[in-house]
Amino acid sequence: MADNTSGFYSNPLVKWIEYRLPVFSAFDHMVGTQYPAPKNLNYWWNFGSLAGLCLVIQIVTGIVLVMHYTPHTSLAFDSVEHIMRDVNYGWLLRYMHANGASMFFIAVYIHIFRGLYYGSYKQPREILWFLGLIIFLLMMATAFMGYVLPWGQMSFWGATVITNLFSALPLVGEPIVTWLWGGFSVDNPTLNRFFSLHYLLPFVIVGIVILHILALHQHGSNNPLGIDTKGPQDKIPFHPYYTIKDLFGIGVFLIFFSFFLFYAPNFLGHPDNYIPADPLVTPEHIVPEWYFLPFYAILRSVPDKLGGVLLMFGAILILFLLPWLDTSKVRSAKFRPIYKQLFWVFVLACVGLTYAGGQPPEGLALIIGRVCTVYYFVHILVLMPLVGWFEKPHKLPASISEAVLKGDAAPGAAGSKA
Amino acid sequence: MKMTIKRSILVAAVALGFAAPAFAAGPAIEYQAQNWSFNGPFGTFDRGELQRGYQVYKEVCAACHSMKYVAFRNLRDIGFTEAEVKALAATFQVVDGPDDSGEMFERPALPSDKFPSPFPNEKAARSANGGAYPVDLSLVAKARVGGPDYLYALLTGYKEPPADFTVGEGLHYNEAFPGHQIAMPQPLNADQVTYADGKPATVEQMARDVSAFLMWAAEPKLEDRKRMGLKVMIFLIIMTGLFFAAKKRIWRDVH
Amino acid sequence: MAGTATQKAGTTEPTRRDFIVIAAGAFGAVGAAAAVWPFIDQMNPSADVLALSSTEVDLSQIAPGQSVTILWRGKPVFVRHRTEAEIKQAQEDDAAALPDPQKDADRVQKPEWLVMMGVCTHLGCVPLGQKGEFGGWFCPCHGSHYDTSGRIRKGPAPSNLPVPEYTFLNDTRIRIG
Repeated sequence: MADNTSGFYSNPLVKWIEYRLPVFSAFDHMVGTQYPAPKNLNYWWNFGSLAGLCLVIQIVTGIVLVMHYTPHTSLAFDSVEHIMRDVNYGWLLRYMHANGASMFFIAVYIHIFRGLYYGSYKQPREILWFLGLIIFLLMMATAFMGYVLPWGQMSFWGATVITNLFSALPLVGEPIVTWLWGGFSVDNPTLNRFFSLHYLLPFVIVGIVILHILALHQHGSNNPLGIDTKGPQDKIPFHPYYTIKDLFGIGVFLIFFSFFLFYAPNFLGHPDNYIPADPLVTPEHIVPEWYFLPFYAILRSVPDKLGGVLLMFGAILILFLLPWLDTSKVRSAKFRPIYKQLFWVFVLACVGLTYAGGQPPEGLALIIGRVCTVYYFVHILVLMPLVGWFEKPHKLPASISEAVLKGDAAPGAAGSKA
Repeated sequence: MKMTIKRSILVAAVALGFAAPAFAAGPAIEYQAQNWSFNGPFGTFDRGELQRGYQVYKEVCAACHSMKYVAFRNLRDIGFTEAEVKALAATFQVVDGPDDSGEMFERPALPSDKFPSPFPNEKAARSANGGAYPVDLSLVAKARVGGPDYLYALLTGYKEPPADFTVGEGLHYNEAFPGHQIAMPQPLNADQVTYADGKPATVEQMARDVSAFLMWAAEPKLEDRKRMGLKVMIFLIIMTGLFFAAKKRIWRDVH
Repeated sequence: MAGTATQKAGTTEPTRRDFIVIAAGAFGAVGAAAAVWPFIDQMNPSADVLALSSTEVDLSQIAPGQSVTILWRGKPVFVRHRTEAEIKQAQEDDAAALPDPQKDADRVQKPEWLVMMGVCTHLGCVPLGQKGEFGGWFCPCHGSHYDTSGRIRKGPAPSNLPVPEYTFLNDTRIRIG
């Protein structure tokens, strides 16, 4: 960092501030004209900024919703209806927050799958990957607790089922569950503490996101070819190129978001959550929100309670080992003919898990859930190491510029990707 | 290209995945989709239908079913004037208090009051209905898979049970209700209600009107939402188009 | 944003902004501004609060010499059926030395009905009725005295007890607010 960067700017007010607190050059170096990015990024690289936008939307809508929400079992459900019916634009804010959570997970899942396809978790971006997984775990905790707050039937019973999972742990299980509940069942103490933590965790996420971006900026973005940038000829400044591309991506995202928000606001939710929580009546089928369904399927694919819990958490924890489980020297699946196909099978398995998670765990759905669970773990623990060793990758281009000039860079040009 | 085939599988799979919420319903509730005036992106409520539906609720359903999230003042939305709402509210008694001697008392309702409940609490409601709880109807149109389509099917679904079906004690056969045995006896009978607009009060007509009314009760902001949605979508499509053109312009030299 | 940077890395294009880029930016800015409004408006009173923004009072049960305190918008309102003597005193006091000069006739719609906020204009305590040196109200917190028209006569309060907006719906019913 230059000692005195204020000479960089011509506007006197900007110079005055910059001399005392170099916010403008910091900004420039982070997202501005001084932050170089690979020139060949395709639209799959938009989803990081989209996830960041979703985080901001959730926090802003969340803060205004809390102005009207009451976290007490006898008032919570009523307060949400008060928001929907009486608060000015309350219905809009509530639906934004509920559907925004789904959008956040869609963006993050695509962002993660982008990383899996293009090897973005490989050295030197291992910590970037870890921070991302931590953000994902925090998002799941936040979303889980947030769903409890309206105190509907699914809120209550989802909380009961998931907190009960911890009782599977030997010895410490029961005391931990009692400690989580603050009582002998999910009740007012549970609701209150979930409210506190649901408000807190998003700000923890913001902190981890800052670290995530710092780690990213250390070596810059990966790119569709998976090869390192060799010099300035491979790069373009983030502003204006990726700022405008991100803005366009945000426009498309907002259209997608608005479709759900205005025309199908309850499609991704569950009707049972419009029934006030009743500890004496269990819904026919307790289902979590769609973004938890794959993990729910893994949980229920094992008949043993502890086994299911370990497998469910294990499914995410093994992702931390990915940089070492994937033995390939080549990053991008573009040059990995076998891994590329297995990637899509993996995607199919995840979709299968999502489907199975939403069904009662019997018959065909249970079989699909088990098959996909097995594939999930085999893919990560067995196939990725093996394929890395035995696969013959295609020849990598010498540099990004060379590939771009030749015209066969990853299809990021000309908006051919939706 | 292989990529496109893989992509289509992905899209199809995701679309199927999206249908998952509909599949997670448990025993299939049978109902037909109805044509409601409020369906579709440009749907609106039919005020005549809502007023008839309110009349059915008031004269038939409200004997057992509360609707505690709807206030009398909300009836302005379905076409009553301020004076009509005030007069209507005053025909109901609500509990207020305590007064200066510490007692709760009854007084005529104001527009700001919510619809009074027929029973003071759930236990009283169950006790008066053989143990079954007549659910609060404020949100029922959103709390059931199928929404107003299901409600309409339920209200018109009371039929003779098939020969091999035994109906339990105190229960009634219904085609639409999950499990086909419902505690509520058929609530709607022909000409139970005399509509102010002269429409014949057949069971189908009353079921349709009250289902539409229940949809309004559950989602009074439906019209606002769709209206705003249209403006927002048009704006966003134009804005995104402009951003796309700007992106192309800025990227001209890189391609 | 970083538009004030004088050096650009890696581009050979002039920094002239195209119309389309400006148009896109303007459109986006308008959208962002419009999107802010719901977040601000949600803090305005909600529909249920607005519904309670007016209250009706039945005057038929209030005998001459009696007062009733009504809760309106969260604050007390005094509704007093004044006696002949009080009305006469209030009208005579029009000529007295008033810290906040106001005619009694400007404070009431019908002379026998006094409707005013029961909140002392000094620091917000609720004055006590038919006490004090002027036959009206006395605020025990810091010793403000109000007369039979609710006007401040003595003490630290700066102005008369405010009269809220109210209408006579008929001879025995008023609506406040």
